[in-house]
Amino acid sequence: MNAALETMGLRKNFGALAATRDVSLRIDAGARHALIGPNGAGKTTLINLLTGVLRPDGGRILLDGSDVTALAPHGRARRGMTRTFQINQLFAELTPLETVALAVSERRGLGRRWWRPLAAHADVLDEAAGLLARFGLAESLRTRVGMLPYGKQRLLEIAVAIASGPRVLLLDEPAAGVPEDERHEILSIVAALPDDVAVLLIEHDMDLVFSFARRISVLIDGALFVEGRPEDVARDARVREVYLGEAGRG
Amino acid sequence: MVANRWEWAFWLVAIAVPLLFPSKLLLINEIAILALFALSLDLLLGYAGIVSLGHAAFFGVGAYAAGLLAKHGMTEPVSGLVLASVTAAIVGFLTSFLVLRGSDLTRLMVTMGVALMLLEVANRFDTITGGADGLQGVTMGPILGLFRFDLFGRTACAYSLTTLLLLFLIARRIVRSPFGLSLRAVKGNRLRATAVGVPADARLVAIYTIAAAYAGAAGALLAQTTQFVSLDVLDFHRSADVLLVLVLGGSGYLYGGLIGAAIFKLMQDGLAAVTPQYWQFWIGLVLVLVVLVGRERLSAAAARLWARLARRRTGEQPS
Amino acid sequence: MLTILFDGLAYGMILFVLACGLAVTLGLMNFVNLAHGAFAMAGGYITVLLMGRLGVPFLWCLPIAFAATALVGAVLERTLYVHLYNRPHLDHVLFTIGLVFMAVAAIDYFLGAQQQIIRLPPALQGRIEVFGVSIGIYRLFVIGVCGALVVILQSILAFTRFGSRLRAAVDDARVARGLGIDVNAVFALTFAVGSGLAGLGGALGAEILGLDPTFPLKFMIYFLIVVTVGGTTSITGPFLASILLGVADVAGKYYMPKVGAFVIYALMVGVLLWRPHGLFTRRGAR
Repeated sequence: MNAALETMGLRKNFGALAATRDVSLRIDAGARHALIGPNGAGKTTLINLLTGVLRPDGGRILLDGSDVTALAPHGRARRGMTRTFQINQLFAELTPLETVALAVSERRGLGRRWWRPLAAHADVLDEAAGLLARFGLAESLRTRVGMLPYGKQRLLEIAVAIASGPRVLLLDEPAAGVPEDERHEILSIVAALPDDVAVLLIEHDMDLVFSFARRISVLIDGALFVEGRPEDVARDARVREVYLGEAGRG
Repeated sequence: MVANRWEWAFWLVAIAVPLLFPSKLLLINEIAILALFALSLDLLLGYAGIVSLGHAAFFGVGAYAAGLLAKHGMTEPVSGLVLASVTAAIVGFLTSFLVLRGSDLTRLMVTMGVALMLLEVANRFDTITGGADGLQGVTMGPILGLFRFDLFGRTACAYSLTTLLLLFLIARRIVRSPFGLSLRAVKGNRLRATAVGVPADARLVAIYTIAAAYAGAAGALLAQTTQFVSLDVLDFHRSADVLLVLVLGGSGYLYGGLIGAAIFKLMQDGLAAVTPQYWQFWIGLVLVLVVLVGRERLSAAAARLWARLARRRTGEQPS
Repeated sequence: MLTILFDGLAYGMILFVLACGLAVTLGLMNFVNLAHGAFAMAGGYITVLLMGRLGVPFLWCLPIAFAATALVGAVLERTLYVHLYNRPHLDHVLFTIGLVFMAVAAIDYFLGAQQQIIRLPPALQGRIEVFGVSIGIYRLFVIGVCGALVVILQSILAFTRFGSRLRAAVDDARVARGLGIDVNAVFALTFAVGSGLAGLGGALGAEILGLDPTFPLKFMIYFLIVVTVGGTTSITGPFLASILLGVADVAGKYYMPKVGAFVIYALMVGVLLWRPHGLFTRRGAR
C-alpha cells in the first residue's frame, strides 16, 4: 500500500551549504508524525521541498504513490498536500470567510468560474463558515485578516490548510509566537484533526510533540538522525545529548 | 446581482449627464473612453497586482485595428469594435508571459518596452498606419446599421457610454466571482495562493488577456468616434496618464477608473485651454503631491468609503 | 565601419556617465529615479545658458554643470526623495515621472521646445585621421573625459574609505548602519554625485545626443536598459552595458534604419526575461 507521503534521497544545497542531506521519509495515511530538531537543522527547508516552493538537487517525492518531484506548488496542493507557514502567510486584505472560501472553491474546481458571483455559491460559503466556526472564528468571519489578533490568525492559518481537504497536512510550528494563554486552542485543534489526514508536525514545544505524535523523526544538520516511537526517541542517548538535553524546559 | 443604491445613483448620473449637458458631448465621450481604459488597467493593477507602464500598447492595437478595419471596408462599428478588442486580446495573451516573472521593476520595464516596440512598429510601417500623419480615411457606417454618427456627437456619446456600461457589468461579474477572488489572493500573497491550489500564472495570463481586450475596446472607441488614429495612441504619455487616472480615483474597487477619468478630463479641459505646457506641469505636480501624501492611503480610503456605503444597505461588517 | 564603432563607443561612454548615477541610486537606495534624465537635461541647459547668455567658455561649463546639478540633487534628496525610500517601486515611478513632467513643462515654457545648439570651442571641432579612420575630435575628447571619469569612479570605489562604505551600504544598508556607517550621509553624497554626473553627461552629450525638452523621456528607456542589463552592483556592469548599447544603437541606426530602435527594445525585453537581475550582476544580487 502506498504511503501518503514518501521521499527518497532528497537533497538540497545552497551553494556550499548542504541544507538537506539524503532524506528518506515515509508517512502513512492517517499518521501523526512529528519532525523535531535544533534551530537551523533544515526543517522548514524540508517542508519547502515537500511542497514545491524549493526544487531539490536530487531525490524524489511521492505523494500517494505518484511522483510529484517536478510538480509546481499549486499542483501539489490540488493533489492533496497542504501546509501552514511558520510565519503567517495570509491575505491581509481578505476576510477569513473569503480566505477559506477560496480554498474550498479551488478544491471544488470552481476557481475558473468568472460569471456567477461567489456570494451565490451558498454551499461553498456554508462549508467555509462551518469550518471557521469549528476553529472558533465564527465572530471574525467578515473582519479583514490584517485586523485580527495574532492567535486568531494562527488558527486561520491552519483552517485554510484544512479547507483544501488535504490527505497530507504539513504543520510548520503552528504554536509559534502564540501567547501562553491561547496555546491550548491551537493544541486542541491539532489534536482534533481528522483521522484520515496524515499530519507531519514541526514543533519546538515538546508538550505538543509528545502528546500528539505517534512517530518522531529527528533532523540534525539536514539529515535524519533518528526515527521511531516517542518513547524510544526520548530515551535515545544520542538525541538527548544533541537536542533534548539542551531544550530542558520542553 | 444585488447592486447597492450608490451604484444605481452613479449610473443614473452617468446617463443623465449627456442629457443635461448637450453641448459637452465630445468631452463626455472622451471621459467614457478614458474610463474604459482606466477600468482595464484597474483589473490589472487593482485586482491582480500587475504594474504596467505600457498599457497603451493594447489601447493602440485596438485603435489601429478598428481604424484599419473601417478604412478597408468593415464600417459597421460594433463588429469592428469586437474584432479590434479580440486583436488586442491576442496581443495581450502573447505578451502576458512577460509579466509573470520578475519584480515590479522588471514588469515596469518590460511593459514599457513592449509599448515602445509597438510604437516603433507603427512608425516604421507608416504606409499601413499612416505614420506620424495618422491614419486617414476612417469612415464609420451606422451602428448596427441603425444609428448614424452625427456631427454633434450624440450617437458617439451614447455608443461609448453603452459600451462602457456593458463592459463594466461584465467586469463586475468577474471581480465578484471565484476567479476574481483568486486574483485578489494572488495579488495579496502569491505564495499562500499557490499553497491553496491557485494556478497563479494561468489566472494572471487570463486577466492580462481580458484587460488587454478592454483596453483595445477603448482604443477602438476612440478610433471610431473620432474617425482618426495617430501614433499618440501608443505614446508613453497615454500609459502614464491612465496610471494617474487610477491614482486619482483609487484602484481596487472598479469605480476608481471611472471617477478618476472624469476628474482628469475635467481638469484637462479646464487647464489645457490656458497653455499645453501648463497642463503637463499640473499633471506632474498632482502626481508628486499624491505620492507624497500616500497613494495607498488614498486608494484604501476610497475603497473603504465605498465598502461602507455598500455595507449600509446590507448591514454587513466591512470586508 | 570603424568610424561607426568609434561613434558608438563615444555614445556608449556618454550613456555610461549619464546612467551610472541611476545605477548606484537604484542599487544603494533601491529607488527607481526616472527623473534622472531631468538632471541630465538640466546640465545641458545650464551649459547652453552659461555659454549663450554669459559667454562662459565651454570647458568651464562642464564642472559648473556638474556642481550645480549635484547641488540640486542633494537638496531634492534630503527634502523629498528621503520620504519615499520605503515605498513600493510604483510610488517611486509615479513620483519621479511627475517631477519629469514638471521639469519638461517648465523648460518648454521658459526656453522653448526647439533643439538647443552648443557651439563647441574651435579646438574641439573637426575631424582627424588616425590609422586611416576618420574620427571626430569632439568624440575623442568625450571618450577621453568619460574614460578618465570611469577610472576615477572605480578608484574611489575600490581604494577609498568612502568607497568601501558605499559598497557596504549597497550590499546591506541595515548591517552597514549597525557597523556605524552613516548611511544617510552616504545616500545624500552618492545621490548628489550621481546627479552631478548626469548633469555633466547632459552637458557633454548635448552635441551628440541633442538637447530639447523631450530629452528626459526620450532617453529614460536607455538609462533603464543600461541599469537593468548592467546590474547595480558594480561600475563595470553598467559600463559594459552602455558600450554595448551605444554601439548597437549607432550601428543599428546606420545599417538597419528601418528597425534600429525596435531591436534595442526587443533585446532589452529578452535580456530581462532571461536574467531578471541583469547580465552582469553577481548571483543573488538585487
